[in-house]
Amino acid sequence: MAAAARQLPPPVAMLRDAALAAVVAALLAIPLLGVRLVDNASGLTLDSRLPLVLYAAAAVFAGRLLLSMGGRYVAPSLRGLTSSLPAMPRNSLIVFGWLLALAALLLPWMPFAERSLIDKLTLILIYVMLGWGLNIVVGLAGLLDLGYVAFYAIGAYAYALFSMHFGLSFWICLPLAGLMAALFGIALGFPVLRLRGDYLAIVTLGFGEIIRVVLLNWQAVTNGPNGITGIERPTLFGLSFSRSADGPTFADFFGIEYSPVQRVYFLYYLILALALLTTAFAQRIRRLPTGRAWEALREDEIACRSLGMNPVTVKLSAFAIGASFAGLAGSFFATRQGFISPESFSFIESATILAIVVLGGMGSQIGIVLAAVLLVGLPEWFRDLSEYRMLVFGGAMVVIMLWRPQGLLSRREPTILLDPKPARAEATVP
Amino acid sequence: MTIDIFLQQLVNGLTLGAFYGLIALGYTMVYGIIGMINFAHGDVYMIGAFVALIGFVVLSTVGVVSVPLAILVVLIMAMFFTACYGWAVERIAYRPLRGSPRLAPLISAIGMSIVLQNYVQIAQGARTKSIQPIVHGQYSFEVGPGAHVTISLLQIVIIVLTVVLMAGFTWVIRSTSLGRAQRATEQDATMAALLGVNVNRTISITFVIGASLAAVAGMMATLYYGVIDFYIGFIAGIKAFTAAVLGGIGSLPGAMLGGLIIGLIESFWPVFFDLAYRDVAVFGVLILVLIFRPTGLLGRPEIEKV
Repeated sequence: MAAAARQLPPPVAMLRDAALAAVVAALLAIPLLGVRLVDNASGLTLDSRLPLVLYAAAAVFAGRLLLSMGGRYVAPSLRGLTSSLPAMPRNSLIVFGWLLALAALLLPWMPFAERSLIDKLTLILIYVMLGWGLNIVVGLAGLLDLGYVAFYAIGAYAYALFSMHFGLSFWICLPLAGLMAALFGIALGFPVLRLRGDYLAIVTLGFGEIIRVVLLNWQAVTNGPNGITGIERPTLFGLSFSRSADGPTFADFFGIEYSPVQRVYFLYYLILALALLTTAFAQRIRRLPTGRAWEALREDEIACRSLGMNPVTVKLSAFAIGASFAGLAGSFFATRQGFISPESFSFIESATILAIVVLGGMGSQIGIVLAAVLLVGLPEWFRDLSEYRMLVFGGAMVVIMLWRPQGLLSRREPTILLDPKPARAEATVP
Repeated sequence: MTIDIFLQQLVNGLTLGAFYGLIALGYTMVYGIIGMINFAHGDVYMIGAFVALIGFVVLSTVGVVSVPLAILVVLIMAMFFTACYGWAVERIAYRPLRGSPRLAPLISAIGMSIVLQNYVQIAQGARTKSIQPIVHGQYSFEVGPGAHVTISLLQIVIIVLTVVLMAGFTWVIRSTSLGRAQRATEQDATMAALLGVNVNRTISITFVIGASLAAVAGMMATLYYGVIDFYIGFIAGIKAFTAAVLGGIGSLPGAMLGGLIIGLIESFWPVFFDLAYRDVAVFGVLILVLIFRPTGLLGRPEIEKV
């Protein structure tokens, strides 16, 4: 096909190409889109929807033609525009980051901040925090973790169970949940971290499934698929956010009128603080020996081993720390929802978090925020699409990867360079 | 465990192993040739199952009554259409990403998997589809006093079909020019291209072969279980990938062996332990194998060069 395209004049080659694409699309559409299985009393029958095949073929024909025409006539002029994105100087990114944090702090006081918006932002912030936590594992240490949601689940269940059985408050359980997740991270990481990247990916994927299966079936402890309800809500130094409580409530203490919005705001600030803690930690540890060891190991494992580093302990620390942040986020999730079930911790969550990290540009903190808004926020706003939502989500993952394989804001240069050359930023991606 | 239960579970395990082996071949071939986990492969298998189901319904509507003929026609149909899907997935989501950071194609593959699942869910409905058994008949053997082992005709068909396909497939890889091109690309894609191998076409054909083998597994699942939905690809995919890793990823006999072992573990597990934790057992075995033999059972150890 490539050889033929070279001989034909461009417009003809494009038409030919588009026609071929349309034929393939029709072939793909015939069995699954063209007919629909219908359940009847007598068994399955078929419902023919052949026009859909024609529409699909026509859409693909037009799309392919536009794409190749765009690629030939429009893209060269646009190329300068997109490639200038990662070239943004580092300082301006830092300023942008501070502005973003400030905006997040002030946002609830803006006149347009409705309750639903704060709710959505809280959800996005959970994913931002998870993304920042996973970024320690994937972005800094270069370990591919496909089961990150397992640690999130452990954190959530740890909080729910501790508070239910021992009556511990949220603020005591929060570090405990992080610790539990880190312990599980060490228990899993110790045997498997000597494996190469892809094996690690599949083992962590398997671990994620194991945790989910155990949560589903260990009825006595986790209540199985029904989940745990009535999880205690968080308090502010003992001040509860409900209308009435045993102790003083938030509204009573400050002498203001009770409103359910207060808790929404409190949760928003809580997750914002947790997320900022995560990113501050990640930024600081990059400058410490541990963080440098992670980056060095990511860039060249053999060189590190020759220099006497123990790769297993270095990786283990990254794995455990990343896991503990997932645990913190998990216990926040549990306290926000008041209800958890294994359903919330399926593989699709792991995939979403990993997609946020990779899409954000692996190592770029602001890139992760943008990616989280894109992947979690937009589908939330487009809930009206209902059944098409996940289709669009998956499609967006593919399209964005094709558009920017290195992530939205690619920033993967080592923190420390002997001879800092800005041009190396792209070249160090393995 | 008495001998009849042992033999019965052995037969069931072999049947399951045939499924996993066929799907695992697709994973291991793709991993061998371009070094990526084709995450959408499990969903390609699911599409194979749906195409087969639709094919059976079409044939029964048209009025085909001969069962062997129906199976043959549906087999060819499912392989063809599913191969188209395999080809399209590679062309759309993986080929443009060749040579980009290693994680990019993986994310794109996960995206593709989500797309395929939801596409089928929207096009065919989220409800589970079931079909009446088509292949009847079973044979019972007496293996001891009062102990019987039952093998259904369908199980024999599945095992024979799998063995034939795997033999044919091994022959293709070993003795045809296509197989040679494939092995050459696997070892060194740049060198193969310099020597006149059309690397892109070879990779496409790898996906087509992988998808058609998955389609066979899908058709067999439709016949064997009689119940499918849009989500069956995920768990079958992970298990088949586990099989590929267990056997040594990149190794074709390894994928078949791995599939067999996973099938046997799955069928023997409920005899001794709680059925609910069967999946845990499969992944537990994977972790154990990787700790003690990281290259898998038949994989060649990889020598890292600086």
